[in-house]
Amino acid sequence: MSFDATYRDKAFKSVGTRPLRPDGVDKVTGRARYGADFNMPGQLVARVLRSPHAHARIKRIDTSRAEAVRGVKAVITAADLPDLTDGDASLLAILDNCMARTKALYDGHAVAAVAAIDEKSAKQALKLIEVEYEILPHVVDVDAAARPDAPILNEAIRTSGVEPAPDTPSNVANRSEFGHGDVDAGFAQADVIVERSYRTEQTHQGYIEPHACVANCNPDGTTDLWVCTQGHFVYRQTCADLLGLEVSKLRVTSSEIGGGFGGKTHVWAEPVALALSRKAGRPVKLVMSREEVFRASGPTSATSIDVKIGAKADGTITAAEATLRYSNGPYADMWAELGAMTSFACYDLENVKTVGFEVLVNRPKVAAYRAPSAPMAAFAVESAVDELAHKIGMDAVEFRIRNAAKEGTRSSYGPVYGPIGIGPTLEAAKAHPHMSAPLGENQGRGMACGFWFNFGGQTCTDLNINADGTVTLAVGTVDVGGSRASLSLIAAEELGIDYQNVKAVVADTATLGYNDMTDGSRGTFSSSMATISAARNAIEVMRRRAALTWDIPVEDVHWEDGHAKAAGSKYDNLSPLSVKEIAAESGNSGGPIAGHSEMVADGAGVSFATHLCDVEVDPETGSTRIVRYTVIQDAGKAVHPAYVEGQYQGGAAQGIGWALNEEYIYGEDGRLQNPGFLDYRIPVCSDLPMIDTQILEIPNPNHPYGVRGVGETSIVPPLAAIANAVSNAVGVRMTHIPMSPPRILAALNADKDG
Amino acid sequence: MVTVTLWAGLVPLADNQKTLEVEADTIRDLLRQLTERYPGLRDPIKNEVAVVIDGVIYRDDRSRPLPDGAEVFLMRRLAGG
Amino acid sequence: MSSIAVSTTINGDDVEYLCQADETLLDVLRNRLGLMGAKEGCGTGDCGACSTIMDGRVVCSCLVLGAEAEGRSIETIEGMANGNELHPLQSKFIEHAALQCGICTPGFLMAAKALLDVKPDPTEKDIRFWLAGNLCRCTGYDKIVRAVQDAAQEMKGARA
Repeated sequence: MSFDATYRDKAFKSVGTRPLRPDGVDKVTGRARYGADFNMPGQLVARVLRSPHAHARIKRIDTSRAEAVRGVKAVITAADLPDLTDGDASLLAILDNCMARTKALYDGHAVAAVAAIDEKSAKQALKLIEVEYEILPHVVDVDAAARPDAPILNEAIRTSGVEPAPDTPSNVANRSEFGHGDVDAGFAQADVIVERSYRTEQTHQGYIEPHACVANCNPDGTTDLWVCTQGHFVYRQTCADLLGLEVSKLRVTSSEIGGGFGGKTHVWAEPVALALSRKAGRPVKLVMSREEVFRASGPTSATSIDVKIGAKADGTITAAEATLRYSNGPYADMWAELGAMTSFACYDLENVKTVGFEVLVNRPKVAAYRAPSAPMAAFAVESAVDELAHKIGMDAVEFRIRNAAKEGTRSSYGPVYGPIGIGPTLEAAKAHPHMSAPLGENQGRGMACGFWFNFGGQTCTDLNINADGTVTLAVGTVDVGGSRASLSLIAAEELGIDYQNVKAVVADTATLGYNDMTDGSRGTFSSSMATISAARNAIEVMRRRAALTWDIPVEDVHWEDGHAKAAGSKYDNLSPLSVKEIAAESGNSGGPIAGHSEMVADGAGVSFATHLCDVEVDPETGSTRIVRYTVIQDAGKAVHPAYVEGQYQGGAAQGIGWALNEEYIYGEDGRLQNPGFLDYRIPVCSDLPMIDTQILEIPNPNHPYGVRGVGETSIVPPLAAIANAVSNAVGVRMTHIPMSPPRILAALNADKDG
Repeated sequence: MVTVTLWAGLVPLADNQKTLEVEADTIRDLLRQLTERYPGLRDPIKNEVAVVIDGVIYRDDRSRPLPDGAEVFLMRRLAGG
Repeated sequence: MSSIAVSTTINGDDVEYLCQADETLLDVLRNRLGLMGAKEGCGTGDCGACSTIMDGRVVCSCLVLGAEAEGRSIETIEGMANGNELHPLQSKFIEHAALQCGICTPGFLMAAKALLDVKPDPTEKDIRFWLAGNLCRCTGYDKIVRAVQDAAQEMKGARA
């Protein structure tokens, strides 16, 4: 059935309210089941042996002594995960990351795994696995790795995207370039130019729930996987591809998920657990420790970015240029490319050029982290933009308004923008009371803008009208932060019934068609579109049932306020039929009533935000405190405003941690020195103030209710907003994230000495 | 008729053309014609292309109509968090 | 290794179990007693997801040995509601959208309950510092603090 996704202005009854979430009681009573909260009869405990070396050739692995330990039921190495990838390089990289094949490429890289009847036996067995390593020179720093004399991670890699194609190996896997116009000519017209280099350190998504799964391979080939994931359908496909399983026989159930932020869009331990279960013939539970989470999953790129921006004295930017080097871990991806695409996306530029370099280093494989790659690029660009505004003597907000992208602007990444822009968030910032709040001693105010692409994607939803008129909604996008409440609101709105009468659940892979992951801010955007479509299909069925009941043509039945109504004066004697009344008759009017929907929910539209931040810097210790913080972002239409605010606040808090504290610290030996929450310090409650939010609602023309994704953009501006605030507080430009106390002190002292 | 702009990585696979004129009604039609004209584009189009029409990114909806004179851009499919 | 027999009180009920000498209270609760509301986020006492109350004090149950529970009184998230009647903190957490993923929620609720037990009328600063041992990565803490404030107000009203 064709579905019209065009936005139509309407008065909402359910959408925009703040009802209680359907999974709330489970989660406040401890009854909600997360990845590690599931068990199976006869289940074994799995443990993974990880390389202590940053870079080493695996010469020999002897598992015989481990296999002999009482209680050990299976030991696997890469030999138990044969290469079935058929030349698919990205799939092979996933497999190699799950279990090192010829070389350990980072501290924490899995080399073997054990399944045993208990943890003690499993740990004892790990100690008895003998691995003979040939230790190789390593490199963990993004700039050092890009140099020609750096130790090479992968001899087969030649930098792609450069002409002529090089014939020597390099850690620079790819060069990408975006932009338009002539930047040299643009800089020649500039009255003022700011040119600086910036660095950001590697951070982790820091979800509180470690990766966990229970895998069960039966002798008949049927396989179950219980797992915390942002996308169980994607995990099913990837695991089936890696292990040679039939998709229909692998049933993946997504547990409640204890945070993901992009880190649970990639498989890590799941193929290992499946391989162990297959070998042992028993269910296997694999739960990562926090140390393993830090050493072997997740992190975002460390970056080194050069920015040059020129403007005329009147505040018009004439040219902008950025060179971005992003660490990828050991496998080539497109993280710098994303940085290069997003860096100047907020601005209307005649001449712009960005170049991204993907750099391989001996660190864990980089995973997506909330608007991946955009925060670092925004830090560099928005810092330079701020500095340029200061030099010209213009207000930071006014300078951005003057240069803001708007409808018709050619974006720095290529396409021309439709009717959306950074403008409304900047105007809102200008008018916000935050801008006139008084600042105390050692305090400074900063602001920054951010951009992210939002996605839609493949989506499938089932909506069942039960015999009592209540509705069960089965969706395939994992609920990471309240989307079951939002989607229930959407179903209630479209059907014209009460929110309390809708119950949304996340279906497993055997009971619903394929869904893309909850990533790219797509969960509520795409599943709400599919829910509206499913509800409309159910309404069609209910109209037909009403027509049957009344014995009138279906064309004469229309749907209004949750009722089938007979149109026209000749039917005045027919009182409208409610969902409940139609449902009660379903058994003898044609059977169960349901609406199904499968679609590509495209047209998400891009997203912009402006953040305001006040900080106080202690000049004695270099410690920074966030005094005031405001997030302004367009939601299109906030379906459940409390959870939209929550996304804004959560993204800001993660950005604050990134800006001030969080970083991977490696020793000379290439080993991660802070794989725990004590030394990798994410913001705690006493670090933060209340985080103010302003939701703008500029309808998305490509969604029936005007909804936009809201999950990711809020992490993009904080790094720069805080850096600008610190700079305004202490008069020293900070170019290295995180701005931890030692870095700020060093900058202050250097400034004094200089 | 629409004008299609290719992302830099595709340009060498399309006889170094950065922009192309194509008579196409839908994304599917457009991509089919591009692969016929430049077989080197087949793999990237199969695996890693998103199509931007007047600023809105379409990753999967290949039936999406192309309005006459639309600004069309081939972009890499992106990952999100 | 021989097991240790432990007699303790959990959520007001007498409970007996056997555990190993090196087994944490968290593992006993989760693996032996089926009380899986306490979560393991780190195993090193840094995240607070396993917070429980022992003799009126908040503890990270990953840092307490199962054997140490002998003769003590333990409160876990499973005992917070009175049958079908949620504790005001539980209700307010849902009402204020103080949870997104919810993995940290049991720990926050136990810690917040211990706070209100000793300090029924806390300031925002009291709440922020008391809860500083519990990590939340989703919310930025804003709605958690508001939920605790609101619950304190409601409980004060109920006492008055």
